Amino acid sequence: MPVNAASLVIGLSYASLLFLVAVGLSVVFGLMRFINLATGSLYLIGGYIGWSVARSTGNFLLAVLAGGVAALLLGILIERGFLARLHRKELLQVCLTLGVAYIVQDVTRWIWGGDPLRLRPPEMLRGSLELFGSVVPTYRVFLIGVGAVLAVLVWYVLERTKWGAYVRAGVDDIEMVECLGVNVRRVFAIVFMLGALLSGIGGALGTPVTGVAPGTDVQLLLMALIVVVLGGLGSVSGAIVASVIVAMVDTVVRTFWPQASFFAVWALAALVLIVRPQGLLGRAS
Amino acid sequence: MLEVRDLYGGYGEGFVLNGVSFRVDEGQVVGLLGRNGAGKTTTMRAIMGLLPRLVGEIRLRGESLVGLPPHVIADKGIALVPQGRRIFPSLTVTENLLLGARPPRPDQRVRWTVEEIYQLFPILKERGKIRGTLLSGGEQQMLTIARSLMVQPLVLLCDEPSEGLAPVMVQRVGEILRRLKQAGLSILLAEQNLDLALSVVDVAYIIEEGRVIWHGTAQELLANRDLQETYLGLRVEV
Repeated sequence: MPVNAASLVIGLSYASLLFLVAVGLSVVFGLMRFINLATGSLYLIGGYIGWSVARSTGNFLLAVLAGGVAALLLGILIERGFLARLHRKELLQVCLTLGVAYIVQDVTRWIWGGDPLRLRPPEMLRGSLELFGSVVPTYRVFLIGVGAVLAVLVWYVLERTKWGAYVRAGVDDIEMVECLGVNVRRVFAIVFMLGALLSGIGGALGTPVTGVAPGTDVQLLLMALIVVVLGGLGSVSGAIVASVIVAMVDTVVRTFWPQASFFAVWALAALVLIVRPQGLLGRAS
Repeated sequence: MLEVRDLYGGYGEGFVLNGVSFRVDEGQVVGLLGRNGAGKTTTMRAIMGLLPRLVGEIRLRGESLVGLPPHVIADKGIALVPQGRRIFPSLTVTENLLLGARPPRPDQRVRWTVEEIYQLFPILKERGKIRGTLLSGGEQQMLTIARSLMVQPLVLLCDEPSEGLAPVMVQRVGEILRRLKQAGLSILLAEQNLDLALSVVDVAYIIEEGRVIWHGTAQELLANRDLQETYLGLRVEV
């Protein structure tokens, strides 16, 4: 039986990372029909900066924050520099963010080299603990906790605050939100930047698990896109559910047929697209 | 209060508006009447800053609104009750109501508090926690009007508020509009339901092919059967 507590922990911890990357992508896409293909780069930069800060200071918390801030800065650069000027020009947005992704990958390869870098978890999170008869890495359990806390936080802000109501209403009917006196562009900029921050935090947190290397960005981007498709555009609960599904399918298939794991998640995405094009928790437009 | 002069504009090729001019004085309810496709909605969208191509003058208390984005126009004091109601499906009734809520402007004569809104539309308080689109059509119309009032408008643009409603709800919309008029709110009302329009407007403008072809008081329009039949496509009573 491939599914036990260990694979559950591995899957859910991966889901945490996926969620951090995908939620920004999903909300930004849902709100402004904007596809940010540099999403993986935000994770990548978070991972590299986190790695460097952890190596030089030995402070893991500082490393995670630095990774988040680095991605935030890159996000601000992308948003202010380009996106604010390319409103509703989808083709240009796609080309531009893909270009940014290539540039970031080359620059990071130039700085950090092409070999995968891996960070050791902080002292207190090393080792393993026993859970339902399986031995699981402590750090993975910690990741699940952090992912759950951040997911609840994001859900709360979007679903239960006035500011979140702007975002949800914007996903429904952006023109009407503007007519009610809300500066949607500003809401969008803030959402984009918060999404970047979360991706960067994810990148730094993920370094002990996924490692960071040229290509990590592409892998995360593809998985995040599947999460967005599966969960439904602009839906936080959709992103949470889909992150768990994608990560679990990937993990479980990987244990008995590693070569097919990527195929399995894409097949799942294709199936959902056929049966329910708006995604699991998305609304038909 | 609101003055529109020589408005030309449209979406793509060709103009939908071909020189619309009218004015809404303080506390006045002005009707914008005409057949489907005459340019009523386009005029409202133009005022709200939603028209991609626009030439002409739109002034609110003398200040030009042309070229401003919709959220700034809302800041200046225009609120739109859109055709089709456009309630946000992801939001509860209360969230819909409060989305654009703001404190009144210092220079604003007709102000609204949430309590007053609930007094005017009790249903919105009773059903505050459900999704906005679960309300009936008439209730949704109440919600969209209330939502726009929370923006504290100087001028309320009301686009076909009776469209698709049962007769009893049309009457209710009429009552609400008269209440708003009593309160002293300036309203621009686009309507195809002449009875409703005549029960509330002071002055009416008839639009045809994007220009004003007649304007006068409600009494003058009421007396002019030819006008009603020719340009408003009205029933001929037996």
